[in-house]
Amino acid sequence: MTPAVELINVSRRFVTPDGKSMTALRNFNLTVNTGEFVAVVGPTGCGKSTTLNLITGLAKPSAGEVRLMGQSVNGIDPNIGFVFQTDALFPWLNVIDNVMAGPLYRGTGRDLARMEALSWLDRVNLTEHAQKYPHQLSGGMRKRVSLAQTFINGPKILLMDEPFSALDVQTRVIMHEQLLSLWSQSNASVVFVTHDLEEAIALADKVYVLTNGPATVKSVYEIDLPRPRVVSEIRYETKFIEIAKRIWEDLREEVQRSDRPVLEVVS
Amino acid sequence: MKNSSIAEAIPVSLEPRSVGTSDVEIEQAAKAAALKRKNTVYFWRTFVLIFLLGGWEFASSQQIIDSFFYSSPSAIFSRLMEWIIEGTSEGPLWYHLWVTMEESLLGFISGSCMGVFAGIILGRNSLLADIFSIYIKVINSVPRVVLAPIFIMIFGIGLTSKVALSFVMVFFVVFSNAFQGVVEADRNLLANAQILGAKGWQLTRTVVIPSAMSWIFASLHVSFGFAIVGAIVGEFVGARYGIGLLINIAKGSFDAAGMYAAIIIIMVVALGAEYAMTAVEKRIAKWRPAPLQEIS
Repeated sequence: MTPAVELINVSRRFVTPDGKSMTALRNFNLTVNTGEFVAVVGPTGCGKSTTLNLITGLAKPSAGEVRLMGQSVNGIDPNIGFVFQTDALFPWLNVIDNVMAGPLYRGTGRDLARMEALSWLDRVNLTEHAQKYPHQLSGGMRKRVSLAQTFINGPKILLMDEPFSALDVQTRVIMHEQLLSLWSQSNASVVFVTHDLEEAIALADKVYVLTNGPATVKSVYEIDLPRPRVVSEIRYETKFIEIAKRIWEDLREEVQRSDRPVLEVVS
Repeated sequence: MKNSSIAEAIPVSLEPRSVGTSDVEIEQAAKAAALKRKNTVYFWRTFVLIFLLGGWEFASSQQIIDSFFYSSPSAIFSRLMEWIIEGTSEGPLWYHLWVTMEESLLGFISGSCMGVFAGIILGRNSLLADIFSIYIKVINSVPRVVLAPIFIMIFGIGLTSKVALSFVMVFFVVFSNAFQGVVEADRNLLANAQILGAKGWQLTRTVVIPSAMSWIFASLHVSFGFAIVGAIVGEFVGARYGIGLLINIAKGSFDAAGMYAAIIIIMVVALGAEYAMTAVEKRIAKWRPAPLQEIS
């Protein structure tokens, strides 16, 4: 079976504003099988988000190949959904119009789009806030709108770039549960980028640990915790703690190496 | 001040006080405070107005200032009434006002439409922006009013020359704001819309233009004033009708009251336009957060 996402020996170089070439990814290999939940962890600023940009097609690899379901990436694939780190809701649209945006862009009629949006708002428990604007919602509610906005398009490949890093710890756990329940119904393949190791282990089937920039894969861990998982409780299980310790040993080296002034590069 | 002195007099206790702490009471107190403040503001505003106008009138009637040059509020008022009731020496006031408004409105509408259009085109295309930015900078450095004689020469002393002058006054302001608004559109929002499925024109219509909207509106506020400036300067240089012509004629006959009266008419019109613009903006920008009221 062809994997949903493949990055084969990918490198990505930038030219910085002062004209210097900089490498964000080097000889990077990643495989996500259909329906698999993959988490990517690594030190801050190591190039994690760059991998996602390559998969969306918003950025092109300098060398190597990115494949989606066996096909080489060429532009933005309609099967992709993306949840951003920062707020990416349209502030001038109310909640329901935000959720409807995807289907409307893709040519669905207004009435049908509205009905679909209402059913997705129901699934993320936001029906009564449908007419509010994003600035009137809490951070957790805005994230749930983002999830509904993304899932309504029925993405086969779901990319998430530290989606919950701006939330407080309690809200984050609730969002994890919400995400797992939406995901289990969708059968999407997920690439979840985060710097939070526990989050990665609690959610994923496979955890990729990246080296400090230029990023390449340091090691891959299979997480064989049974599903369905209860995120709020799983972190106290001995097996979880064992896995976390092992991966942390690995990650710590990289974090320590990265703990020095670096040049921030926007991809 | 009163509240704090009472608070000092009453011993502080940790027991919930029965007076002034329920939600209803806090809301009522806030409402009363807001009303009081509003009344204070209106009172002093009126006071300042009466003081200034009264001072002017007094100084003028007591010959402290020369009423030949500075006129007086009463003279200006009676000139205004005369224009409104009997019309000016050049025909009815309303016709002149209409001509000026027509010129400004046409200049404003065409200038802001073109400005927004050009701003979006160049804002979305960095190559075009790099090529044309130098020319726009050069043309923008020309003080617009010096174009008035040229436009009169090219388009004659009718409507077109004033519309053209209004247009150039408005265009650059709106253009540069629209351009800036488009360039500063949130990259995350653009990426999100693209991944959700927006293409080409959809992206411009649903993301780029709304994000630039607050920039564009900021420029529309000032640029209607500029449109009026354009029309009136055009009328100074050569016209058969318009408020600018009235000012010109008043100047020719050393009629200070007439000049001030014309200025007041323009002021009223510009303020009216500003209010209308704010109302439209409020309707369009209802998604923006409103500031919370502080409880004091």
